[in-house]
Amino acid sequence: MQIYLPIADLPVNLFLVLGMGLAVGFISGMFGIGGGFLMTPLLIFIGVPPAVAVASVASHIAASSFSGALNYWRRRAIDVALALMLLSAGIVGTACGVWLFTMLRALDQLDLVIGIAYVALLTTVGALMVNESVRAELRAYRGMPATLRRPGSHNWVHGLPLKMRFKRSKIYVSAIPVWGIGFTIGFVGAIMGIGGGFLLVPMLIYFLRVPTATVIGTSMVLTLITMASATVLHAVTNHLVDAILALILMVGGVIGAQFGANTGQKMRPERLRLMLGLLVFAVGVRFAYELVVPPDDVFSLRLVTR
Amino acid sequence: MIARAALILAALIAVSPAKAERLVVSLSNERIAVTSNFVGENLVLFGTVQADQGKRLSDDYDLVVTATGPRETLRTRRKERVLGIFVNVDSREFVRVPSYLAILTDRPIGQIAGPEDLRRLQVGMDNFILTQRVGADFADTVTDDPFRKAFIRLKRQQNLYAQSDKGVTFLTPTVFRASVPVPANAPTGLYGVDVKLFTAGAMVAQAATTFAVTKAGVEEYVAEAAQDNSLLYGLATMSMALAIGWLASVVFRRD
Repeated sequence: MQIYLPIADLPVNLFLVLGMGLAVGFISGMFGIGGGFLMTPLLIFIGVPPAVAVASVASHIAASSFSGALNYWRRRAIDVALALMLLSAGIVGTACGVWLFTMLRALDQLDLVIGIAYVALLTTVGALMVNESVRAELRAYRGMPATLRRPGSHNWVHGLPLKMRFKRSKIYVSAIPVWGIGFTIGFVGAIMGIGGGFLLVPMLIYFLRVPTATVIGTSMVLTLITMASATVLHAVTNHLVDAILALILMVGGVIGAQFGANTGQKMRPERLRLMLGLLVFAVGVRFAYELVVPPDDVFSLRLVTR
Repeated sequence: MIARAALILAALIAVSPAKAERLVVSLSNERIAVTSNFVGENLVLFGTVQADQGKRLSDDYDLVVTATGPRETLRTRRKERVLGIFVNVDSREFVRVPSYLAILTDRPIGQIAGPEDLRRLQVGMDNFILTQRVGADFADTVTDDPFRKAFIRLKRQQNLYAQSDKGVTFLTPTVFRASVPVPANAPTGLYGVDVKLFTAGAMVAQAATTFAVTKAGVEEYVAEAAQDNSLLYGLATMSMALAIGWLASVVFRRD
């Protein structure tokens, strides 16, 4: 069944888009991430203009992260203070990202920057995750306890000033890396059309040593607020949010996420991280391939004014 | 007085052979509504050739129908490998060119009139003026300019530019029908249809009509809201996301 998207200006198959929402929702529920890094490329692949895809996926991620955040809230697995600190920098990052997005579009280099950003981020993060989880698997195989949190081990991050205490997460860290992480997530999220959950969770674990109990819930709150504000900002500055497309994605996404969460809970965390790492890495390699291999047509069109 | 009347009469007689034909055309539909199930539509243009003041009609007419969509400015960009990756390195702006262009004829356009006449009348894809901004100047380039060729090729791939020598059918020597394909991705706005009648390689009559492509129903409402009330639209989309997220967490609640 074809349905015409009013902002993307093209008809798409309703069931195809719904199915994409379900599939990405399943993965996002399983790993506790937004799934924007999968959804945005998929939409571009079926012909949705990249700018519309990025802007519309933001609202889709807002929906799935709100649904997830509510579940974590009931389990008291959200560190509100940490989320608010990350957020204060995240909003600034999002605003800067939307501004750069608008400028790059005018310079004809948006697609390139999105492409390079995907390759750099996904391959690096994917490789780090695979490396970490393989070590954890090996440790488990040798019968050693798999612990992420080593209370005695401090890194350079813990030497920074402006220290703050976050009670729910039981950590005592400087505000500087917290702001830095918040800004980075907001910034790349707005440009790449991703919530940044797959970046934020490892960053919180490795840099701030946030315990596993609160990391996903807190990350979801941040993703929710940055993506909700990105939706409004994209709507106001670029008029590119397709509400019909977003609605189809959301409905598929939240249903898929429930089944994904069930599957995810039955698996060991190390194995989950390994699978996510491989997935992230594979998407990064796919983008690298696209940049390096000669395109079918070296020419492309972009609408300036109508 | 009589001499002057005679002169006018003589002038009329001199002009009238070229004005022997009149074209009457009509479209099957003057407004195409883009609704949520819109997948494109074929408009049908009907027409007849009529004789003026008892003049005799030829029995060998050719017809060129040129339909153009709302004007838009587009940039055609060219990628090149820079440091191993493909980057847009060069671009040309096509200024106020038709977003949609269909050229329909009853036989190959080269057989209808000579190349000079076709160029003068701007008939056919190769002779259609596509203005480019070249530095500070605005001009159309030669037909085989790589950017012009790429522009037309990309527009053809999007089904927005088309040329067909089977697009016009003569039902009788003077009654014709043309099918104007409006694809699903046709932009909204006013479309112009220009009809030129040829016989023996010369244009003998011309007619024009218009049709509109407009969004309707939900599509119209959403597109207008996104453009005119963008803040409210953004907030509404965000609220929709939150409502669906909340609904899912309630419906699928297990604890």
